[in-house]
Amino acid sequence: MKRYLILADGSIFEGEGFGAPTTTTGEIVFNTGMSGYQETITDQSYNGEIIAFTYPLIGNYGINRDDYESIAPTCKGVVVHEAARLASNWRNQLSLDEFLKQKKIPGITGIDTRRLTKRLRTEGTMKASIVDTADEHAFDQLNALVLPKNQVQQVSTTKPFPSPATGKNVVVIDFGLKHSVLRELSKRQCNLTVMPYNTTAEEIIQLAPDGVLLSNGPGDPKDVPEALEMIRGIQGKIPLFGICLGHQLFALANGADTYKMKFGHRGFNHPVREIATGRIDFTSQNHGYAVDVHSINKDNLLVTHIEINDGTVEGLRHRQYPAFSVQFHPDATPGPHDADHLFDEFMEMMDAFAKRSRENA
Amino acid sequence: MPRRTDIHKIMVIGSGPIIIGQAAEFDYSGTQACLALREEGYETVLVNSNPATIMTDKEIADHVYIEPITLEFVSRILRKELPDAILPTLGGQQGLNMAMELSSAGILDELHIELLGTKLSAIDQAEDRELFKNLMQKLNEPIPSSQSVTTVEAAVKFAGKIGYPVIVRPAFTMGGTGGGICNNAAELTEIATNALKLSPITQALIEQSIAGFKEIEYEVMRDAADNALVVCNMENIDPVGIHTGDSIVTAPVQTLSDKEVQMLRDASLKIIRALKIEGGCNVQLALDPDSFKYYIIEVNPRVSRSSALASKATGYPIAKIASKIAVGLTLDEIKNPITGTTYAEFEPTLDYVVTKIPRFPFDKFTKGERRLGTQMKATGEAMAIGRNFEESILKAVRSLEIGTIHIEIPELAKVSDDDLTEKLIHPQDDRLFYLTEALRRGYKIDELAELTKIDLFFLDKLSHIVELEIALKDHKGDLDILKTAKKNGFTDYEVSQLWHIPADQIREMRREAKIWPVYKMVDTCAAEFESQTPYYYSTFEDENESIVSPRPSVLVLGAGPIRIGQGVEFDYATVHSVKAIQKAGYEAIIMNNNPETVSTDFSVSDKLYFEPLTIEDVMNVIDLEKPVGVIVQFGGQTAINLAESLAKAGVKILGTTVTDLNRAEDREAFDQIIQQLKIPQPTGATATTKEEAVTIAKRIGYPVLIRPSYVLGGRAMEIVENQTELETYIRDAVKVSHEHPVLIDRYLVGKECEVDVISDGEHVLLPGIMEHIERAGVHSGDSIAVYPPQTFSENVIQQIVHHAEQLAVALNCIGIMNIQFIVQDEIVYVLEVNPRASRTVPFLSKVTGISMAQVATQVILGAKLPELGYQAGLHKAGKMVHVKAPVFSFSKLNNVDSLLGPEMKSTGEVMGSDVTVEKALYKAFEASKLHLPDFGTVLFTIADHDKKEALALAKRFREIGYRVMATKGTAEFFKSAKLRVNEVTKIKETAGSKQQNILDIIAAGQVQVVINTMDQDRDVASDGFQIRQDAIEHGIPLFTSLDTAGAILRVLESRSFTTKAL
Repeated sequence: MKRYLILADGSIFEGEGFGAPTTTTGEIVFNTGMSGYQETITDQSYNGEIIAFTYPLIGNYGINRDDYESIAPTCKGVVVHEAARLASNWRNQLSLDEFLKQKKIPGITGIDTRRLTKRLRTEGTMKASIVDTADEHAFDQLNALVLPKNQVQQVSTTKPFPSPATGKNVVVIDFGLKHSVLRELSKRQCNLTVMPYNTTAEEIIQLAPDGVLLSNGPGDPKDVPEALEMIRGIQGKIPLFGICLGHQLFALANGADTYKMKFGHRGFNHPVREIATGRIDFTSQNHGYAVDVHSINKDNLLVTHIEINDGTVEGLRHRQYPAFSVQFHPDATPGPHDADHLFDEFMEMMDAFAKRSRENA
Repeated sequence: MPRRTDIHKIMVIGSGPIIIGQAAEFDYSGTQACLALREEGYETVLVNSNPATIMTDKEIADHVYIEPITLEFVSRILRKELPDAILPTLGGQQGLNMAMELSSAGILDELHIELLGTKLSAIDQAEDRELFKNLMQKLNEPIPSSQSVTTVEAAVKFAGKIGYPVIVRPAFTMGGTGGGICNNAAELTEIATNALKLSPITQALIEQSIAGFKEIEYEVMRDAADNALVVCNMENIDPVGIHTGDSIVTAPVQTLSDKEVQMLRDASLKIIRALKIEGGCNVQLALDPDSFKYYIIEVNPRVSRSSALASKATGYPIAKIASKIAVGLTLDEIKNPITGTTYAEFEPTLDYVVTKIPRFPFDKFTKGERRLGTQMKATGEAMAIGRNFEESILKAVRSLEIGTIHIEIPELAKVSDDDLTEKLIHPQDDRLFYLTEALRRGYKIDELAELTKIDLFFLDKLSHIVELEIALKDHKGDLDILKTAKKNGFTDYEVSQLWHIPADQIREMRREAKIWPVYKMVDTCAAEFESQTPYYYSTFEDENESIVSPRPSVLVLGAGPIRIGQGVEFDYATVHSVKAIQKAGYEAIIMNNNPETVSTDFSVSDKLYFEPLTIEDVMNVIDLEKPVGVIVQFGGQTAINLAESLAKAGVKILGTTVTDLNRAEDREAFDQIIQQLKIPQPTGATATTKEEAVTIAKRIGYPVLIRPSYVLGGRAMEIVENQTELETYIRDAVKVSHEHPVLIDRYLVGKECEVDVISDGEHVLLPGIMEHIERAGVHSGDSIAVYPPQTFSENVIQQIVHHAEQLAVALNCIGIMNIQFIVQDEIVYVLEVNPRASRTVPFLSKVTGISMAQVATQVILGAKLPELGYQAGLHKAGKMVHVKAPVFSFSKLNNVDSLLGPEMKSTGEVMGSDVTVEKALYKAFEASKLHLPDFGTVLFTIADHDKKEALALAKRFREIGYRVMATKGTAEFFKSAKLRVNEVTKIKETAGSKQQNILDIIAAGQVQVVINTMDQDRDVASDGFQIRQDAIEHGIPLFTSLDTAGAILRVLESRSFTTKAL
């Protein structure tokens, strides 16, 4: 069925519908990963967004039971050059088309995604719709659309839940948590308690965890003011590790500012340098906001990582407290495992803090 | 870390002559290396024996040595140049082996020369089977279990331990002959018995079989600061079992989930870090299609063919970056030359599908063993880029130039189902076409997957192509289906076949319906960053990114994939043409599809279109670019063959006009010119039927030289002695018809020579004359050429110059052309004219100092030779003697007869230069690895009509102390002339007895050189064939032309004389 992708700047792309046949609107972004569409589509950080893949063949290996990053994905649409008509892989369980239908996510195929990407690169991310007719009405609707500000609330768990193990007690604050963050912590035997985005500092302290992980999540960090209060309430008392949105919130909580990037970083070939060691990791990234390097109060925050190509802030560490954060995804999936050592550093930080607390006690 | 300042002068070792498995990719990498080192301010020394390379141009390095890559000569150069370091990892296996040899000879220590890039210990670890095994075990990376055995019992015992299936690989047999996959002990017993018998050292490797696994490659880089990255991953469509050089390969991988991609990435990076490679490295992995199980197949600790492919596939210049890393720079200090805004510390991301498809020599070696296995057989490859797989593979197929521009070989429709199944299970070079044939017959993709182990994903894509054929056939004139077909890579020609409408009419339909290609940029980053790279491919989509510049432009057509008869020489000429176009103030645009070459390096031209070279694809670029004209003289027969269609479409062919090109290539028209000019020519005529051929041959008198018209590298050309042979030839070798006439000429036994001439229409420059060592009858590309001529009288030279001038003017040549002559009894006969640059252009350019392709291009663009500072006539030769010698790849191909004849068989060339012809020949022989000891045994087995001549050679061998062995007839002949000779028995004579026969003697290494000539009986089963095959298998120098043997004898004599004098 012929469908259209229309952009707020008036561009029209003609294609074929697949997935759910519904009309959709959202902010359109592009992702440059050549694999990992299942992880990407199910990543809650894409809440409200229409994802355009720059790699032209998507769906080649189908959808499997292992690679979900959330149970109920909430992205608003999928734009591809060519959706595979046959999925082939030993783990394949259903096609991308069937999956999107199941999850009620519309897709559009046959798009000149390179033209689209160049558009977004030069004009920045913008509102877009996948519609049946690209008429004036469709554009009116698109222009009238106000992007939601409660994205984190939409995707965060409403109630705390445990993921028991026998190691360290770690509280994970779910701002739109990727399952891989839990997998990495589980791999390290952490006894996890996943808590909603609006959990208070007191509620966390009552659990007396060894550490707190601030998860990734969608949207503008400034839309989650509750979290800043919480972070300020626990930092110094409990070791902290922030990822992606968690990193931005950690920065905001410590007086830095964030800004919306023109088209963000979405893909997994972003080289990031750890300033102290010079070590470079290729990182998985998915963010449309970044921490403003000039806004950082050097008395309390230290920039630890930067992106090599555009110099954006990729990592921070608190000068007084056991707390650090990274803009990228050390949990990878999709993408390289180069930075998974950061989870080990989090473990070490918790150990060191515990040791010091015992010594001080 | 900034670049090193403790070293100043660096030697780069090239890869030598082109052979199967080591081709033009190393010219590309070596050239990049030299330029990169120079960019960093180092003084560079280059050594390579292959003159047909850009890297051996004087502009590329500060000191260029075209000398043999042997311990003797490289040591000599090292002592003279005293470089601080050697960069050995850019010259293929040859460069690496040379470095190891230099190191073990102690000269590197002696002269305090450092090896850059990768330490020798790492090279050992990657290449020595045991060390590699140990390293992988240490890293906990799995490799297939294997063990060397010398008895069948040991083989069975080991297989029992690791489980079946196992692969048997006999040691040191040609093309892995005698090996195979065994599913049980009975099969293993049978195959291992045979394998051990065939192995000259009675040894075989028993290896756990991973055949059917997905074959995946990772191209990785690492710097001294331990930064490591993946430039590109690639998936072989053909599963493990077929050499990756012979496999159809896609980039990036298509059927792996991210989990698998990252798992293999982790393994690859772990390995490059463990090996501490500073530069590029290729890791080949086998992935179980049904689990996460994988194995490391092999690691190449250097820049390779795959890295050239990865460079072109991604735009990331691996060799250049590897060179910079070798001198201490780190990846995060080096700018990504594609974007200019990002750094080399970057993993490219593609937004297109790349397909590489190998080009095989079996159109020339029709009797060669076509079954594919672990020994590479392809001579070249084509690459194509598309926005989907179908487009990508169809473009790749039509880039191959194998007589079909669609994924279909019509003859296969006649193949029986049984034969078809057999060919699917046991793949030959043409399996892809059997697959589509099977799909057309209604085979299901599941069945095909079962037979071939090819992933369903790819089979479904092929099925889609076949479905589109049917849809087109069923909906003639349907524009929607046409649009779909075009998006999936169909040519107008293919549609025209299905619709029965002329292709240009379809083009018009498309023009009206706006179904028109656009060009997208290759930018390493999927458009995430702005790039200025002028590197484009076509596709059928919305946005065109190729902006036409306001400057006038000239389009140069490249030569496509490397094949026998059309080698890297043509890429050399193409690159030089581009340089001249740029100097003349035009924008130079290249179209080509060979990923190995320098011409497809985007930094060479102002614009590169990586495209098939068919009329439709070329016209598409012309429609967009509207160049001033097209240059077709440098891209070999590929480009020349397009001239007529281009001219018909109204395109300006620059230089010699199409009419005149045709006059040179059309036999009748050419004969008329020759007759008008009164130039002697071997009597000959054109036949369009078998009867006509017989009559003509009778009139001319046997022996005659017979060949189809419009040939490439003497394809299907033969000398026939009588009518029976003539009839056999016509039946087996060619189709004779009005469209495909055959040429029949009197066969003159004389000296052959050739010239390349540059003409502006009035003035004709002959840079030089090349005299061939081998008499007429051996293809010029397989002959040793000597410059300047050593045996021609002034009279002969005058005739050559005169005829060449007459021909160039009469043919209205503007640009360059090649003329072949035969000299017999002081008379110069014209054999043929090729109205284009020939394979001798790089050699002659180097020895004369005239950049012939550049001068020719200037002339093509309107300059006159005198303005350029050249006088008409023969350019004066210097004092040095230069020899160009052919190099063959027979040891890689089974069942290919090494006997030299009118069909070209060589894959590459080397050059030797010195003050005497003997010294120059010595170097050429050394460079081509034809090394003869000062003393030893020579074995003669000679056809009757050559015996007298062979006797003279045998006597000379005796004179310098060689022992002579000969087969019965030859031995008797020699004995009757009182020559001391040991008779050896032929193969058949010893059947069933224990007496040593000729093959046993060869196998036992009792002879150091074999000289074999034969009569016309070329039955594959004949003794001669077996003798040649065995000589090659055992690496014994073999001569099938008495002239070549005479030449090497001269070298031995000159050395022998010197020995006595001391």
